Amino acid sequence: MKATRRIVDKVLLSLTTVAVIIAIVPLVAIIFYVTVKGISAISIGFFTELPPLPASKLQPSPPGGLGNAVQGTLILVGLASAIGVPVGVLSGVYISEYGRNAYGNAIRFLGDTLVGIPSVVTGLLFFGLIVLTFRSYSVIAGSIALGTLMIPIVSNTTAAALQAVPNSLREASSALGVRKWRTSLLIISHAQSSIATGCLLAVARIAGETAPVLLTAGASNYWYSGLGAPIASLTYYIYNYAVSGTSNWVNLAWAGALVLMVVVMGINLVVRLVTRKKYTYG
Amino acid sequence: MARKFSKVDSIFRFLVLAVASAIVVLTVIYFYVLIKDSAVTLRTGLAFITGSTWNEEKGIFEVLPELYGSVVTSAIALLLGVPVSIGVAIFLSEQCPRRLRFPISFLVEMLAAVPSVVYGLWGLIVLSPLLEYKVYPVAQSYLGFLPIFRGRIFGLNFMTAGIVLAIMMIPIVASISKDALMAVPDSQREASYALGATRSEAVRMSVLKYARPGIIASVFIGFGRAFGETMAVTMLIGGAPDIPKSLFYPGQTLASLIATSYADALTPAYRSAVIEAGLVLLLVSFLANVAARTWIVRVTKGREAASFA
Repeated sequence: MKATRRIVDKVLLSLTTVAVIIAIVPLVAIIFYVTVKGISAISIGFFTELPPLPASKLQPSPPGGLGNAVQGTLILVGLASAIGVPVGVLSGVYISEYGRNAYGNAIRFLGDTLVGIPSVVTGLLFFGLIVLTFRSYSVIAGSIALGTLMIPIVSNTTAAALQAVPNSLREASSALGVRKWRTSLLIISHAQSSIATGCLLAVARIAGETAPVLLTAGASNYWYSGLGAPIASLTYYIYNYAVSGTSNWVNLAWAGALVLMVVVMGINLVVRLVTRKKYTYG
Repeated sequence: MARKFSKVDSIFRFLVLAVASAIVVLTVIYFYVLIKDSAVTLRTGLAFITGSTWNEEKGIFEVLPELYGSVVTSAIALLLGVPVSIGVAIFLSEQCPRRLRFPISFLVEMLAAVPSVVYGLWGLIVLSPLLEYKVYPVAQSYLGFLPIFRGRIFGLNFMTAGIVLAIMMIPIVASISKDALMAVPDSQREASYALGATRSEAVRMSVLKYARPGIIASVFIGFGRAFGETMAVTMLIGGAPDIPKSLFYPGQTLASLIATSYADALTPAYRSAVIEAGLVLLLVSFLANVAARTWIVRVTKGREAASFA
């Protein structure tokens, strides 16, 4: 009896180790393939040239690059941050500093829930609101969609960062007769590095978004040509070239994935190693 | 004391209140716009999700096959992903040496940082040929007596999409479950040990039972994620709007329908159908998340609601 129980114990406990291995193998495999396949297709030209024509045996194509996609993703993410960061941070301030009431709880609850809404739905929302209204995919629609995706993420991480500031600081400040808004600014400055961390993670998150970009910013084979026009993005090309079945395009998809992964994983790596904290998107 | 209600104070308060209300307004806008823009197909009522007719000329758009695809791929993801996730959570909270806890939870969380389209790329070019030629034939030879594993094996199918969804779900479910397990007081474990339980018995009898609401919540959140996941599924499911018996046949999901047909939706009825597919996704993921949050809030009495940010 005793022996069986000990064996059962050992087996069950080693099953969890197997689970950890199963969880980590895909990560290692993805990083390995993206690195190996991406590096062979990457060059200076990747960042400076326009996409090539599909290569065939009869007609070899110059290597080309995804310079316009890199440019497009930078523009979209930059403009989205200009929307998502201020709105997210201020609503985080409200939740943490002023939201100890039913309305504050409701905002917190809805913010948590919005994080879990599929991003394609957000894309569809602005497809209906902006793209169909103005009859064109546009940088504006793409930035607003991505900015909207940032708001609940930034708001949640900001609220959590502010709540981690000890209450004694707020009490000391109001005991000195400092007004509430200046106290709030003090608390914000105290938590600024955690707030910045949350914003960076939100940027990393939206830089890899595909579906909402397709539905709002559309696609383009050329450079940026105005806020009202469609624009290229890395994720669009990764998707489109991955499914193209054309060898030189598939190679560029891997190179694009490598660039995207370096940025996205790089931000996550640095943020997590420096803060040693956990951030989940759940 | 007269200056207690300073002007700047009320302006600042109003500013943050107004901005924070954006989240409430946004929630309303999601539902309002998607309902308004899907008016044409909403009029057909439940036929939209219970019928399988898709006829552009006649303007009949029904999405039962897509709904089936979303449900089946999410179910595969849950069946494969949840046990692994709970195993990871148990390992991290109950067994892991202190030194390894950070690196392992770090690696698992990095899975959540990989963009969906990169999962799609890797799944399409590396994983799906491996599954098609090496794994599925073997699985079929052992499990072929079940109709879901019978018949021809296609390269892109429900199973492949479900497997990649399972991988994508692991970091989310594991990390929320881990939080639930770590919140179990040590007295629970000690009580089991005092009764002579082994470690696994303590986990099964007291720890998992105590953490159950949190684990269930994590499964709901993982389901909401899988149900609406778009790019990876679009690239891996094959894009056939059918309801085949076999999981090795290609299919379509609501999300992949949106991603592949929004650009072709030129007639009002077609467009309305695509947007109503989004409305179904919104509704399901919203309810899944509300259920999960309510559960979490009830368990922690609202104290830690922000820790899932």
